[in-house]
Amino acid sequence: MVLAAFSDFMQQVVSGLASGGIYALLALALVIIHRSTGVINFAQGEMATLSTYIAWALIAHHGWRYAPAFVATLLISFVGGIAIHRVVIRPVERGSVLRIVIVTIGLLVAINGFVIWEWSGEPQQLQSPFGTDTYSIGGVVIAAHDIGTIAVALGIVLLLWVLFRFTKVGLALRAVAVNPEEARLVGVRVSWMLALGWGLAALLGAVAGMLTAPTVGLDPNMMAAVLIYSFAAAVLGGIDSPIGAVVGGLLIGVLLNLLSYLSQYDMFDWFTEELRLPMALLVILAVLLVRPQGIFGKPAVKRV
Amino acid sequence: MKTLLELDSVAARYGPVQALHNVSLVVREGEVVAVLGANGAGKTTTLRAISGIVSRTGAIELEGKSLKGGPEAAARAGIAHVPEGRGTFVDLTVTENLRLGAYSSRTRSVKADIKRVAEYFPWMLERGGQRAGTLSGGEQQMLALGRALMSRPRLMLLDEPSLGLAPLVVREFFRIVRKLNEEDGLTVLVVEQDARIALNASTRAYVLEVGRVALTGPSAELRDDESIRRSYLGY
Repeated sequence: MVLAAFSDFMQQVVSGLASGGIYALLALALVIIHRSTGVINFAQGEMATLSTYIAWALIAHHGWRYAPAFVATLLISFVGGIAIHRVVIRPVERGSVLRIVIVTIGLLVAINGFVIWEWSGEPQQLQSPFGTDTYSIGGVVIAAHDIGTIAVALGIVLLLWVLFRFTKVGLALRAVAVNPEEARLVGVRVSWMLALGWGLAALLGAVAGMLTAPTVGLDPNMMAAVLIYSFAAAVLGGIDSPIGAVVGGLLIGVLLNLLSYLSQYDMFDWFTEELRLPMALLVILAVLLVRPQGIFGKPAVKRV
Repeated sequence: MKTLLELDSVAARYGPVQALHNVSLVVREGEVVAVLGANGAGKTTTLRAISGIVSRTGAIELEGKSLKGGPEAAARAGIAHVPEGRGTFVDLTVTENLRLGAYSSRTRSVKADIKRVAEYFPWMLERGGQRAGTLSGGEQQMLALGRALMSRPRLMLLDEPSLGLAPLVVREFFRIVRKLNEEDGLTVLVVEQDARIALNASTRAYVLEVGRVALTGPSAELRDDESIRRSYLGY
């Protein structure tokens, strides 16, 4: 009895880590753009959806195998992200933050409309690269897709960390985030670094979308809820902290699953699946009220 | 001596405000040239015009080649600009700041260059992992200088390095600048409000008044002429 409860608990933790890994990737994308461009990219979810549709179309319509379709989608998304910055964001970049935010909201609507126009709103199936097997480890049943998702998310985070920490481009990206004026003085082409940030964010979104679709089904609005969880993750970790985005993502994923698990007990029986999104919003609100800089963020200091 | 930098009738404005009217000046290879003047005389704007932060009219040439484009282009042409108020990347470490200094240089040996720069500032090696924002004001100014050196500049622009620093730190800063000039042949154009220290550290000087060159000459002569000191330099 106790053992059954424990394996149930562990199952929820593992699948929470898997969805948390996806939130972490999308939250990282939000953080990268926020650090460089200074805004929340509301189109991040739809950009991920578009990428996922591209992967699906390559596989379902053009007969590609999964691996080359995956790689091609990453490339297309990366270039597409750069193009979005050059064509849509850059012209309004010198204006107020509000203008950029409105442009990203417009982008959200436009991409969503394009996806429906091109592929209709019918839900589609995108396969998981890890298959549909489940493993049982000591009574804990784990889906191969969940393990794969966790591994891919951690792998991507590791690659990004190496990029930011050890390469010249990564250093320049960070310098631009800290102080764009100074960065120009040492010869960094700031505008291209911002575009590169958008490219990386689009690439992260593509991975998140391709990992999301096999479990929730591919449809034009599939990333809407994921984006809210990722907002919560980014705010919880600290909107300017890449580590915070990862930790926040995993925390949100596990936290929501634990609430599902606890709902079998009287004290938490009020919790139903419909409350997952409101819980995420509650997290956002609570963090903003109690600790606006998040777990890893630095408090904003304004010179007066 | 060969002319390194030449400004011919340079003018610049911030919106409706004309900050520079007509500035012509020359910096020769191996010189330390000071630009002096009161607040608002156009000292900082002169430097910002050279490195392309503000748009300007008139001709600016580095080694006979016209300087065009923004600060990225100036950095590539060999100009290292240390802006007013330190100008370090506060969230990055000392070593990362130095690495960024070499961003536009073609050197393959960033590590060796860091060692070379650290000969002047040994503490930068020991405290390479420290965040720049946690350094003292003087240390940050030294780091900004070290970072500028990392690019192996043809010309170094220093904007008000004495600002907000203790006199002892200012003296140490200019001692190192002189040493770099004498030992490595570093050419420097320094803007300073503290005329006394700038005249001691420089070979020649220009005095700006409301966006124009009011007077120029060897630093020693300006320093020793009491009437000039009193009417232009205020000490």
